Amino acid sequence: MEVISEIRKGSEKMSEENGVIYRISGPVVTAVGITPRMYEVVRVGHEGLMGEVIELHGNQSVIQVYEETSGIKPGEPVVRTGQTLSVQLGPGLLTQIYDGIQRPLEDLEKTMGVFITRGVDADGLDLKKKWEFNATASVGDEVSAGAVIGTVQETETIEHRVMMPPGKGGTIKSIKSGEFDVTQTVCTLDDGTDIAMMQEWPVRTPRPFVRKYAPDVPLITGQRILDFLFPLAKGGTAGIPGPFGSGKTVTQQQLAKWSDAQIVVYIGCGERGNEMTEVLTEFPHLIDPHTGKPLMNRTTMIANTSNMPVAAREASVYTGVTIAEYFRDMGYDVALMADSTSRWAEAMREISSRLEEMPGEEGYPAYLSSRLAEFYERAGRVQTLAGDDGSVSVIGAVSPPGGDISEPVSQGTLRIVKVFWGLDAGLARQRHFPAINWLSSYSLYPQALDQWYRDNIASDYPEIRTEISALLQVEAELQEIVQLVGSDALPIDQQLTLEVARMIREFFLQQNAFHDVDTYSNLKLQYTMARAILSFQDEAKKAIAGGAELESVVNVPARTDIMRGRFESDYEERIAALVSDMGKQIAATMEGN
Amino acid sequence: MSGKEYRTITDVKGPLVFLNKTEPVAYGEIVQLRLTDGSMKNGQVLDTSDDQVIVQVFEGTSSVDRQTGVKFLGDVFRLPVSKDLIGRILDGAGLPRDGGPAIVPDEMADIIGAAINPYSRESPESFIQTGISAIDACTSLVRGQKLPIFSAAGLPHNDIALQIARQAKLVGSDDDFVVVFCAMGITAEEYNFFVHDLERTGALENAVLFVNLADDPAVERLITPRLALTAAEYLAFEHDYHVLVIYTDMTNYCESLRQIGAAREEVPGRRGYPGYMYTDLAMLYERAGLVKGKKGSITQFPILTMPGDDITHPIPDLSGYITEGQIVISRELHQKGIYPPINVLPSLSRLMNAGIGPGKTREDHKSVSDQLYAAYAQGRELRGLVAIVGEDALNERDLQLLKFSDIFENEFLRQSRDEDRSISEGTLDLAWDLLTNIDTKYLVRLDQKWIDKYHPTEKKE
Repeated sequence: MEVISEIRKGSEKMSEENGVIYRISGPVVTAVGITPRMYEVVRVGHEGLMGEVIELHGNQSVIQVYEETSGIKPGEPVVRTGQTLSVQLGPGLLTQIYDGIQRPLEDLEKTMGVFITRGVDADGLDLKKKWEFNATASVGDEVSAGAVIGTVQETETIEHRVMMPPGKGGTIKSIKSGEFDVTQTVCTLDDGTDIAMMQEWPVRTPRPFVRKYAPDVPLITGQRILDFLFPLAKGGTAGIPGPFGSGKTVTQQQLAKWSDAQIVVYIGCGERGNEMTEVLTEFPHLIDPHTGKPLMNRTTMIANTSNMPVAAREASVYTGVTIAEYFRDMGYDVALMADSTSRWAEAMREISSRLEEMPGEEGYPAYLSSRLAEFYERAGRVQTLAGDDGSVSVIGAVSPPGGDISEPVSQGTLRIVKVFWGLDAGLARQRHFPAINWLSSYSLYPQALDQWYRDNIASDYPEIRTEISALLQVEAELQEIVQLVGSDALPIDQQLTLEVARMIREFFLQQNAFHDVDTYSNLKLQYTMARAILSFQDEAKKAIAGGAELESVVNVPARTDIMRGRFESDYEERIAALVSDMGKQIAATMEGN
Repeated sequence: MSGKEYRTITDVKGPLVFLNKTEPVAYGEIVQLRLTDGSMKNGQVLDTSDDQVIVQVFEGTSSVDRQTGVKFLGDVFRLPVSKDLIGRILDGAGLPRDGGPAIVPDEMADIIGAAINPYSRESPESFIQTGISAIDACTSLVRGQKLPIFSAAGLPHNDIALQIARQAKLVGSDDDFVVVFCAMGITAEEYNFFVHDLERTGALENAVLFVNLADDPAVERLITPRLALTAAEYLAFEHDYHVLVIYTDMTNYCESLRQIGAAREEVPGRRGYPGYMYTDLAMLYERAGLVKGKKGSITQFPILTMPGDDITHPIPDLSGYITEGQIVISRELHQKGIYPPINVLPSLSRLMNAGIGPGKTREDHKSVSDQLYAAYAQGRELRGLVAIVGEDALNERDLQLLKFSDIFENEFLRQSRDEDRSISEGTLDLAWDLLTNIDTKYLVRLDQKWIDKYHPTEKKE
């Protein structure tokens, strides 16, 4: 346990040898006189800035530095720590807001004020805070790596399960409940190994598990277009590429708020300061709809804004996913949002260009797509070492330049992820939110998930979904004709199809994230709404066949009530009655003729 | 050591000077060059090692030779700041340009500026009324926001920026803005236009100008906005001013960035711009906002001209990813003679929702704004259709929307250069008046309660 504290203190005790700086170019520093391992953490300069070795070159070691380097001179010391970049894992992760290298932003504010200066260290976990440890294993138990030995009520809603660190195991010699801080021994094994609540893990190495499951449980988000048409499985991966201004960030925030994962890890990677602040100030006030308690209780945030050091931005994604995996290992479902992976890729590009590496496409390093793949591969629903089920679902935003998804980051992402939520600037301009294009988006999970829907929501759920998607497809084809000849030239049944599709778009797919009620629809309600649209179609078809005017069918008041009603809090109770009213009113239009 | 002058220049390339055999030089250190004719130039260390130091020279390298003396000043670039900056005109390197005395500093501020801890920021949520309906209704500006104007050559972005600078105010507050104006590579004519207008309206007394004109050194442009923002931060966070920073033209800034990158033989990113342009721009744009415990604020209005009117060009594209929205100026509207020719459809204010609504603007603002957008977007789309099939093929709803799009442009967008419309009576009521041209059953974005309360002909008293 001491190792991390040693790294953070920049202690020279750990080092085997000390070197000096040879060259400085922005965040990249070259040192001579040390022979570190790749990805070893080193301390740079008199101020002991944290850096990571990213290339060895003859007698030179190339280091990316996580803090601003101006004012540093050649000849200043470089000190080895012997450790790779790691995070501290244990009680105290939740409700925290970290920078890219797990320094709590609140602590940074206390030590350096509102502006982030450098050379300040902070532990990822509060080492002083006492937690009530409740032992669940007993003396004489055989415990292997990953086994839960006790619990801590970390927040009101989340029970932190203290696990045997990977690589450790044996018979418990002593274990006791009580008040401990995270570095104190709570359990001793027969071989004399002391176990504390805190463990550390190198961020670039995936945490171990037994095996990965097939993705057959949906991650429920309450966002109609996502859940109903393009669902994501627990443990799945999704990409949201979108041009700026298409509501990408709002969509991610909605997912963070509403998805039914127990733990949310939100990585604000290279994004806007004000927007991050909005998230940071909004989250603590949000109530988790599943528990009625503050949402922050189940959230860890990583905020590395665009003007914070670029190397820390590169690390932030790994820091986040490691924390997510840690909670997964306790048997939780974790949703990880990375906004935006493009900024992460740009950080790689920036560092790569400072290293004068041969560039691949558009200046990105040749290893871009393998890094993306490695990152997304850390998602999954797994059997944990303790034998429980846990999952990490990864939702990565991509910000393609000019909205052109043929660029390397989007393409590299699309090759890996199974769900694509294609945001569309055109829809955003029409204020159709969430501006997810229903024609270009896809999900490869419905096949695997259909059985779950049949068992849990409705036996004909997949069929209803297929019907709704088919209507949208037909509309797209009809629209092409309408562009040429106008809608009046179409036969009446096709005009009706257009009306039904318009209803799907305006009533079902559009969802107001800022409206108290409309912001979340449960799966049952989504299904009912979809059924309401189809029942409108059926009734209207009958009425029109019976001689009713399309105009009067479309304008029956109950239909408008169904559409507007979704903003009312008692909508779920009322919708069935509204649908039956609509049926009667549509039938009545026939009698008028 | 700082006194030592080196004459060890090996290479000079574009704006860069390479020298060797120095004692250790800090990264980012400020450099003074003394030419053989006695004149001085300033620079900054871009890359430093035991063997070689690369210096970027702000004034350009003309007349630099191997005999030029290079002195490292042992410090990073700093701007003398004090309250006396207000009312002054400085050049692109921060020296007086108005013939006045040097600034007596209260403080020497590092111009690179540290990142604001996101945890220490305060969410921007005070609505700024610009008096321009298109902006106030559809892309509302809030204090602490950075909202660029995406324009193109030959469009009246300067008029719009000035109108905003003149009219911007917080509703129900007397707090005035201090304007920090930063010119990067603009022509003398444009500069005079700004200065005359600021003088005419008396705003100059409440402004600080940093001016780098088209014939000033291009590399100097890389520090000009940093000086401006340093001054802005000082005024906002040390003296509680609300600062409005207008900088023009970001395109010239990025060109200079590319020039340096090319001279260093860096691997270029898109269209030759350096791969770190995003980070570099972020380090400017992100110096906007409000912080906990400070009364002042910084609101930014960067102006950039899109090369070839292309919004996907790297400069507007990367800017759009950092700034909180954009105001897009449209050539089409300009050619129709509409001022301000703001195309509200691609324009956006990301912080709008935080700044509008009951107690801030008006309860119906969001609904009205959404409805205007939707109706105008559909109306514009129908124009294309009408060009092919004629108006006869349209149904009643489409005809109303089509007509509305013209009314919206002519009566809502169009206003004079000194017309200052208040948000409630001037802008939102006007919007309701214009929306009467559409049957209420087609106004699906409006909550019924707002129709009942505000619709000029349908409201229930």
